[in-house]
Amino acid sequence: MEFSELIKTATVENALLWRPGLPAVRGTLCITSHHLLLSSRPRGDLELWLLIRNVDAVEKRVCGSSGTITLRCKDLRVLQLEIPGMEQCLNIASSIEALSSVDSVMMMYPFFYRPPSLRLEQGWHRFPLERFFQRLSSQTSQWRLSTVNRDFSACPSYPPAVIVPAAVGDDTVAKAARFRQGGRFPVLSYFHPKNGTALLRSSQPLTGRNRRRCREDEQLLGTILDQGEQGFIIDTRSAQAAKQARMSGGGTEPKSSYPQWRRLHRALEREERTVLVHGAEGTDATLLVTALAQLILDPSCRSLEGFQGLLEREWIEAGHPFQLRCARSASWHGRGKQEAPLFVLFLDCVWQLSRQFPLSLEFGERLLLTLFDNAYASAYGTFLCNNERERSLCKVKESTHSLWAWLNQPEEKHKYLNPLYSHNPLVIWPSVEPQSIQLWQGLFLRWIRPSQHLDEAREEIQRLVQGKNSSSSKESRGRRQSPAAAAGTEGGR
Amino acid sequence: MEHIRTTKVEQVKLLDRFSTSNKSLTGTLYLTATHLLFIDSSQRETWILHHHIAAVEKLPLTTSGCPLVIQCKNFRIVHFVVPRERDCHDIYNSLLQLSRTAKYEELYAFSYNPKQNESEQVKGWQLIDLAEEYKRMGVPNDYWQLSDANRDYKICETYPRELYVPRTASKPIIVGSSKFRSKGRFPVLSYYHKNKEAAICRCSQPLSGFSARCLEDEHMLQAISKANPSNRYMYVMDTRPKLNAMANRAAGKGYENEDNYSNIRFQFVGIENIHVMRSSLQKLLEVSGTRGLSVNDFLSGLENSGWLRHIKAVLDAAVFLAKVLIEKDWISFGHKFSDRCCQLDGDPKEISPVFTQFLESVWNLTEQFPQAFEYNEAFLLQIHEHVHSCQFGNFLGNCQKEREELKLKEKTYSLWPFLLAEQKKYQNPLYNPDFSPELTLLEPNTVSFNFKFWRNMYHQFDRSMHPRQSTFNLIMSTSEQNKQLEEDIKELEAKIKQRNGRSDVVFEKEQEQTAHPSPVALKSPLCFQKEQPLMPVNDAVRTIEGSNTADNRYSELVSEFSKAEPAVVSLEYGVARMTC
Repeated sequence: MEFSELIKTATVENALLWRPGLPAVRGTLCITSHHLLLSSRPRGDLELWLLIRNVDAVEKRVCGSSGTITLRCKDLRVLQLEIPGMEQCLNIASSIEALSSVDSVMMMYPFFYRPPSLRLEQGWHRFPLERFFQRLSSQTSQWRLSTVNRDFSACPSYPPAVIVPAAVGDDTVAKAARFRQGGRFPVLSYFHPKNGTALLRSSQPLTGRNRRRCREDEQLLGTILDQGEQGFIIDTRSAQAAKQARMSGGGTEPKSSYPQWRRLHRALEREERTVLVHGAEGTDATLLVTALAQLILDPSCRSLEGFQGLLEREWIEAGHPFQLRCARSASWHGRGKQEAPLFVLFLDCVWQLSRQFPLSLEFGERLLLTLFDNAYASAYGTFLCNNERERSLCKVKESTHSLWAWLNQPEEKHKYLNPLYSHNPLVIWPSVEPQSIQLWQGLFLRWIRPSQHLDEAREEIQRLVQGKNSSSSKESRGRRQSPAAAAGTEGGR
Repeated sequence: MEHIRTTKVEQVKLLDRFSTSNKSLTGTLYLTATHLLFIDSSQRETWILHHHIAAVEKLPLTTSGCPLVIQCKNFRIVHFVVPRERDCHDIYNSLLQLSRTAKYEELYAFSYNPKQNESEQVKGWQLIDLAEEYKRMGVPNDYWQLSDANRDYKICETYPRELYVPRTASKPIIVGSSKFRSKGRFPVLSYYHKNKEAAICRCSQPLSGFSARCLEDEHMLQAISKANPSNRYMYVMDTRPKLNAMANRAAGKGYENEDNYSNIRFQFVGIENIHVMRSSLQKLLEVSGTRGLSVNDFLSGLENSGWLRHIKAVLDAAVFLAKVLIEKDWISFGHKFSDRCCQLDGDPKEISPVFTQFLESVWNLTEQFPQAFEYNEAFLLQIHEHVHSCQFGNFLGNCQKEREELKLKEKTYSLWPFLLAEQKKYQNPLYNPDFSPELTLLEPNTVSFNFKFWRNMYHQFDRSMHPRQSTFNLIMSTSEQNKQLEEDIKELEAKIKQRNGRSDVVFEKEQEQTAHPSPVALKSPLCFQKEQPLMPVNDAVRTIEGSNTADNRYSELVSEFSKAEPAVVSLEYGVARMTC
């Protein structure tokens, strides 16, 4: 397939662009393989530079000799284009539709995007699991790094390296994998050093109607707990849904075969227990819960760097199917069965945390918005494909740039920092009362609310904090240069 | 004191309303002449002013004792469990009596003594001077003058003595117009915009019925129109929904007939009446008072109450009228604080949350314009607190005449000096006095999604729902440190300059002046004497691992919103006695 086959009309003169809250602009509309551009006439300023992948739904309305195209974008923006000539209008609309529906990964923009300031390999191996394991092994020896999945044979949606109980061998793990949906056997997600409890995740066991058992799976979960210790299995589904899953081959861990584990389908009060989380596939709600728990418990996940590491480990490498879930968004009227805003839910939860603990996260709202945008349409390869296996087949890490490389450049990085951040070593327990949950206006009203005054206030905060930092260094410089004054201090004290 | 039968009850439980595991604190409950006080086992105190109590309810006896639920006008709800039913009954009866005051003289403001001397008391009342306010607006001037028509409250009881009216409005016109207006509230100046020579006037509805007219009133409006020479039309804004205004005609009231008044344009802005507002707030409080609320229940309850719709209507109307100052607009012109806020036991139909709505509208503005207001949310909350506390004289009574008769200025204290003394707490660190200089008028966006539930008002005592860290404190301390550091830098720079310049000069002078060492070098600079600036607020944050979501271990926030309590209360032999 060639892009040129999809582009029926490449340029249109005298198109009119409407954006919410901005004056209309007249100019030349241009469609390239990946972008929609509009440059205003006569000055030639580029007014719009839209990734076509960002377009979620195209609505066209023809009346008389011209037509209007409404583009509903995945970043929730709504754009209107008024195009002279009925045929041109229909051509443009169908070109955008076709280009935005290309689903071959290797045809996507990240494979073509080559920014001069970055190297291709940069940022791809920024958060190796080995480093995470290194920290873990300084705290406990109960876990080991396993390469049982190095060729993706045990579990196609897991990364090559995973952390499993030290007491079980790779053979056992591989056999346990066959008893779990999609091969997602229980792996370590987080270890809480203060009380030695662990957070594990997996998919549902394939017990089915006949209540099948698997010794290796029982053994794997059995070795995690000490004699007499009890752990919890948190099933993210309702009890009813879990029961029904047996009919289609799935199910839950029966008490008789897993005597040390107690199954729950609801939230619980604080208990110092090891927990296994799973739903059905273990790639959606499971990851949502395990990633959020870590943000609440572990201060190192709350830094800019640590948060990227958390996303890489618990969402991208853990096999959340970004490609399937983010192919389309809320405006699309097609029959999508795989699309779901799980990652948006996660970002919103993180934002809620940032409202309740405004000083405890090193990153600000802008990072969350950037992640949202890039998960749906991006110039970078970070959120491409559904798992590490697909990424390796498509050579994503060799042929595209990493989002992390771009946003960790010094001139970019500062935009994502929270000026009020200061390290908080404690657990951040959020309030979950309905009165504490707010609408994320920055996301949902981003394009329709005037934000000038809020932005100015944010800049003022930034200015105050920077002013303090520069003043205090200036002050101490001044003190050094003024030994007489320093002598005065001693005299005065 | 005759209402108090039990002054102290031990082993009382204070339930945590939002804890999922029915957590509670055990402590001792004291009843004083003015407050209900609970001291828990870790000596934390919860003070409840009797005047703040809106409702007391005794729930059916349980195995652990007799539950007593107290709802306050500042939206605090406390749930006690008293071990013995008889004690509970005594306290219940006492609170019923104590929270219903029949006479003004029994209000807390008349017994509250903050240890100010007389001149301080007088000064406190003089802090806000209406004549000064009008002067600031540029009144009196060529068009507007002070009228003494209401000097003895003869024309309108609920207006203040001093009123500003158009120069061309003679006394007969004023008198005639007032007779044609409900309760005599004829049109008077409320706000004057100096640069645009535009005025906002205020009055009550005309007694027009279906056909009555009044020449003096028509002249009065004509005079106002002439006093606004730069405007061709005069807008008459009726705050009611049009239907209400029409219905009022049957009762001999109504609205101005456009045919009888020249150059006026009429507009209804659709703010509902006090009865609708009262029931709307009641519905809102039912929602926020419910335990274990689901998100759906909360949001549908919020919608059903219609509260945010009313706030939007008020703000929509206020967009025309811009900044409104509390003292001028609500107190001198006879907002019926006493009736609307139920300070005395009176007609429940007269209670209405219009002032709360005003504060909430202001809060909505501060959310949209974070840099436009010098004060912060805590200031609005504190004012709300004292409108109901009856601790200060400012908000007592229904109009200036009644306030004078009560001799409030001699017998009670003004709130403003107390707020002024704590002004740091109420300042907005982001305030920018030059905010939008081209805009003397804020233009709030009253699109529906801009209206949010004011959690910090309606759940101000439910700490577990609040953000666990305060941006405000941090910004405040940062901005203070900035100021201090800048001063220090200036001082140091001056010293360096002086020292560099002096090194040669002083050298020459030294032989003559050895007995007088340079004062500059030896004087210990101020900046080093002061304590090191406080460390970031974060250190004060105690998120103890193992703390429950419902726990509030964030001490900084507790102090931030803590309310002013009586200066000294001593507890002797179990009897609480006010010593201040």
